[in-house]
Amino acid sequence: MALSLAAARFRAAALTLPLVAFIGVTFLAPLGTMLVRSVHEPLVADSLPDTLALLDEWDGTSIPGEKVFRALGLEFQELHKQRALGGVATRVNRLETGMRSAVIRTARKLRDVNPDSWKEAVIAADPVWGEAKAWRALQQSGERYTARHFLHALDLGQDSVGKVVLQPPDRRIYLPLLGRTLAVSIVITMLCLILGYPVAYLIANSSTSKANLLLLLILVPFWTSLLVRTTSWIVLLQNQGVINDLLVAVGVTTDETRFPMIYNMTGTLVAMTQILLPFMVLPLYAVMRTISPSQMRAAAALGATFRQAFVRVYWPQSVPGVAAGSLLVFILSIGYYITPALVGGRTGQLISNLIAYHMQQSLNWGLAAALGAVLLGCVALLYCLFNRLVGIERMRFT
Amino acid sequence: MNAHHTSRIKLQGVVHAFIVALATHAVAAPEAVASDSVTVVSWGGSYAEACKKAVMDPFTIETDIEVRLESYNGGLAQIRAQVETGSVHWDVVDLEFADLVRGCDEGLLELVDIDELPPAADGTPARDDYYEGTYSECGGGGIFYSTVYAYNNESFAGERPTTIEDFFDVEKFPGRRGMRRTAVGNLEFALMADGVPPEEVYEILDTPEGLSRAFNKLDTIKEHIVWWEAGAQPPQMLADQEVIMSTAYNGRIFNAQVLEQQPFTIVWDGQMLDYSQFAIVAGTPNLEAAKRFLLFASRVENMAAIGRYIAYSPTRRSGIDLISTHHETGVEMRPHMPSAPENMGRVVRNDWEWWSDNGEEMNERFSVWLSR
Repeated sequence: MALSLAAARFRAAALTLPLVAFIGVTFLAPLGTMLVRSVHEPLVADSLPDTLALLDEWDGTSIPGEKVFRALGLEFQELHKQRALGGVATRVNRLETGMRSAVIRTARKLRDVNPDSWKEAVIAADPVWGEAKAWRALQQSGERYTARHFLHALDLGQDSVGKVVLQPPDRRIYLPLLGRTLAVSIVITMLCLILGYPVAYLIANSSTSKANLLLLLILVPFWTSLLVRTTSWIVLLQNQGVINDLLVAVGVTTDETRFPMIYNMTGTLVAMTQILLPFMVLPLYAVMRTISPSQMRAAAALGATFRQAFVRVYWPQSVPGVAAGSLLVFILSIGYYITPALVGGRTGQLISNLIAYHMQQSLNWGLAAALGAVLLGCVALLYCLFNRLVGIERMRFT
Repeated sequence: MNAHHTSRIKLQGVVHAFIVALATHAVAAPEAVASDSVTVVSWGGSYAEACKKAVMDPFTIETDIEVRLESYNGGLAQIRAQVETGSVHWDVVDLEFADLVRGCDEGLLELVDIDELPPAADGTPARDDYYEGTYSECGGGGIFYSTVYAYNNESFAGERPTTIEDFFDVEKFPGRRGMRRTAVGNLEFALMADGVPPEEVYEILDTPEGLSRAFNKLDTIKEHIVWWEAGAQPPQMLADQEVIMSTAYNGRIFNAQVLEQQPFTIVWDGQMLDYSQFAIVAGTPNLEAAKRFLLFASRVENMAAIGRYIAYSPTRRSGIDLISTHHETGVEMRPHMPSAPENMGRVVRNDWEWWSDNGEEMNERFSVWLSR
């Protein structure tokens, strides 16, 4: 008896295996890789093992001895021959601007030489090697595991004595952008709630045929390609677009004062709200469908005004739908990328656009990964907060 | 026009790839099919058109190797992605010099022995024929071009702008200005307009105060800027009078002037002189065809031939004498070249080494400044 029960339980668990494997391969593994990449940068350590090993004994302020210079010279020669020095140079340069060209120049001048004094030859190739800062940059970039990308992603830097400090305001990049992203996500969530709640209420309280028609009006855009919807907004909102043309035609504005409604924050807000609206309406509708209309009638029969009945009877029961919809919309909008990229212009860009920039343009994948991890941390934090306030078990998606 | 062109080429590429795939399965002889063509990536628009007529079409006639032309807006990102994932489908790319040097250092581009490049007509080896510093270990061919600013005559009834200071003077010349959406060039223009002599621009940019000075100067016209990314955009924006003036590549403006009779004027004051070269993407399966193309494009007469279609001059000394007239209109090309003495008043030369050190940081700061 117990055995057959265990077998049944095992069979049931086995049925979830494909899903577990799928999630592992497509979700957990990439996420893990990303998190590892944000702190793990082995390229310099792998490229200059001898030099870095010798630098371990260096005091950090004086100029290293001949042995270190010799190791550096030989390793530079070898890397230059294999044309693998560019990546090393780029990484050292991130710690000390100017080191990229210094490293390349040094290697170029050291090609095919075998001097008596490597120290003289290396410093002659580029005088920066006579300064401790160059060696510090080299040593730091040689750390296999580093918090550098996270510091960078949080606009923190190290001052001359190595203390972690916030960057001066004009150098801060990511914190303001993160703040803007969170603010935009909150605004979009509010807009979706304000627009979506009455719609969901209407659908839930209509006759079946009318509700089906309304639901279809929600679902058709939901099924339409994201790109099509985004580019449609461009057609509508642009300077020479449908809405501006109409406004000019009816005399609300003139040709010179057309409203800039796209390629700025307005464009991002409008397009994202429309795109994310179904994610609010559908969970709301699912919850509201289960609230019997007779409850509102009963409240009215007992003397409550519509407002009282709504606040005390209907709203509390719809909160799980509000919570589910808000969480969905908020989490989706915090990482939204393609719509702001297309309609956000100069001022409507979000943190995800900068992550994409570092993935595709600057190719600083470590920083991109750290920014992604920060974003993930924000979402996790908000989720916990949300769970405290609303309770995740009360939430209903369907 | 350009968009149609590329999409047609892309479609052809797809069809071609499909046929190649079929042929591979049917007869299992992919090499024979693959080496028939070489994919060259350039900057689109009238410049790519000029390269096609001057270099690519003659190359196909001589070698029977088809050239597939694609376009991009610069940068190393796509090349790096192709090399690092091992799926190289670009063979030859036309690169800005700073990117060329970086790509070469990082092993993204194939090395080219300069002694293999064809000598000048009088036998001078290529090594001595190239202007100093315009040759990279991975490059071939090469042109001088310039980022200038230009305006549409019809936008100005009275006084017209003549200096780089005028570009930044929104009180004297109110209206929107076009600028390339990148840090390169704009920082230099800003400093020159702020009174820095061209030869001191990079020295000043190297200091935090100098950098702030450049961004502050850009701040004064920020609200009036329309940003462009592809070189074909500024002539279009000027023609539509969407902007009253715009920075642009001088050759594009020249082509709009002579081929489309647009009433544009180039302001050479404060121009930024630059050069570019072709290079082969490392690990391309079409190495042999790509190399033949590179050597063909490095012949002085072919480099100079580009100057018959667009106002860019060859980076080899012996090429200057081969500059003649525009192929269609017969316009004398020499006065329209960036390096013509009368255009060389206030000129800043793009310091690619400075940019290869500072580019990453500058672009980051630029994008922050932009979104503020």
